[in-house]
Amino acid sequence: MSKPSVTVEKICLLAGKIMLASGAETYRVEDTMDRIARCYGVENPQSYATLTGLHFSLDYTSSSYFLRITKRATDLHKIDEVNQLSREIVAHQMPLSTAYDKLKALEKNVPTFSLSFQVLAAALVSGCFSLMFGGIWLDFLPACLAGGIGYLTMILFDKMIEIRFLAEFFGASFVGLIALSCFSFGFGGSLEMIIIGAVMPLVPGLPITNAIRDLMAGHLVSGVSKGIESLLTAVAIGAGIAIVYGFFPV
Amino acid sequence: MLEIIVQLAASFIASAGFGVLFNAPKKSLIPCGLVGMIGWIFFYTLTNYQVDIVAATAFAAILVSILSQVCSRILKRPIIIFTVSGIIPLVPGGVAYNAMRNFVENDYNTAIQLSAQVMLLAGGIAIGLMFSQVINQIMTKLQKAKQ
Repeated sequence: MSKPSVTVEKICLLAGKIMLASGAETYRVEDTMDRIARCYGVENPQSYATLTGLHFSLDYTSSSYFLRITKRATDLHKIDEVNQLSREIVAHQMPLSTAYDKLKALEKNVPTFSLSFQVLAAALVSGCFSLMFGGIWLDFLPACLAGGIGYLTMILFDKMIEIRFLAEFFGASFVGLIALSCFSFGFGGSLEMIIIGAVMPLVPGLPITNAIRDLMAGHLVSGVSKGIESLLTAVAIGAGIAIVYGFFPV
Repeated sequence: MLEIIVQLAASFIASAGFGVLFNAPKKSLIPCGLVGMIGWIFFYTLTNYQVDIVAATAFAAILVSILSQVCSRILKRPIIIFTVSGIIPLVPGGVAYNAMRNFVENDYNTAIQLSAQVMLLAGGIAIGLMFSQVINQIMTKLQKAKQ
C-alpha cells in the first residue's frame, strides 16, 4: 500500500522541516516529530532541532538522519496546519504515503494573504502604533505611508538579496527617508511618533517570543541563537534609521 | 473617554494586522486582535495610574499569556499564534528608538540609560511569557491528577 520510499523518518523530518522553516518553537517541533514517530510504533524516537538543522533517529543507537534548514520565514498558518495534521495522523493512524503526500502539499502551500493585503495591513499597523505610542491624528497618515513602503521594501529586498539583515536595514532606511520627507513637507505632528509607528512592522516579534519560550523550555542552543537573530535584526533596523539621521540631521 | 476608544480600536487593528503579517490563520485574526487589545489597554491604564513602566509591561504580558492560553485551548491552535500578536504592542519600540537616536547624536549617557531600560522591559515581557508556561504546566498536572 505505501510506497517503499516513504519511511517514518522521512515523514517526521518533513513535518519538522516545515514547522522550523515557518518559525515554530523548537520544543513544539521536537514534540510533533516524536508524537508522529510514536504513533507509527517507534518506541524511543530521538529528535533534536536547532534553528538551522534537524536531527532524527528512530532509536538512540540507530543511524541518525539530518536535514539542513536554509530558508526561514514567519508563517503561523503552516505551523497550525502541521499541528492539526499531526493530530490527525495520530488519531487515525494515517497510512505513511497519505501522510507524506499531505505534508508535501502543505509545504508548497501559498500564503493565505496576498502581498498587497499584507502591505495594507503593515500600513494600518504602523498608523495605529503611532497613535498608541502617543502620536496625534496628524501622524497617522504619514506613519501609514512610511510603514507600508518600508515593509514592501523589506519584502522585495528579501527576495532579491540573500544576505540576512540587509532587508530589514533597507526597509528601515526607507521608513526613515519617507518619514523625514513627509515631516519636512509639513505632514505630521512629530517625526519621532511617525518613525516609531512605521518601524513596528519590521520588528522581529516572532523570534523574540520564540527565543524566550525556547530558553524557558530548556532549548538553550535554539533560544540563544534566536535571541541573537532578533538582536541583530533590531540593530539592523536601528542602523537603517540612524543612517538617515546621519545624512539629514534634524 | 474618546482617548480610550481610540486606543482600543488602534490596538485591536494593530494586533490583528500583525496576525496578517505573520500569516496567521484567518479564523484566529479576531482572537489575536482581542488578546492584543486587552493586553494593551491594561498596560495603558496601569501607566496612566503612574505604575512603573517595567512592572506594567510584566503585568500586561502575564495577562496576554493567560488570554493566549485560554484562546489556544478553546480554538485548539498553537499558543504561539496568539502570544506573538498580543505581545507586539508591549515591545519597547519607542524606548529602543530613543536609545538608538541618542547613540547617533553622540549622547552616550542618555543612550545607555535608555538601553538599560529596554533590557528591563524585555525582561518584563519574558517574565510574563514564563507565567503562561507555569499556568499551563499546573493545569496539565491538575488534569492528570483528576484522572
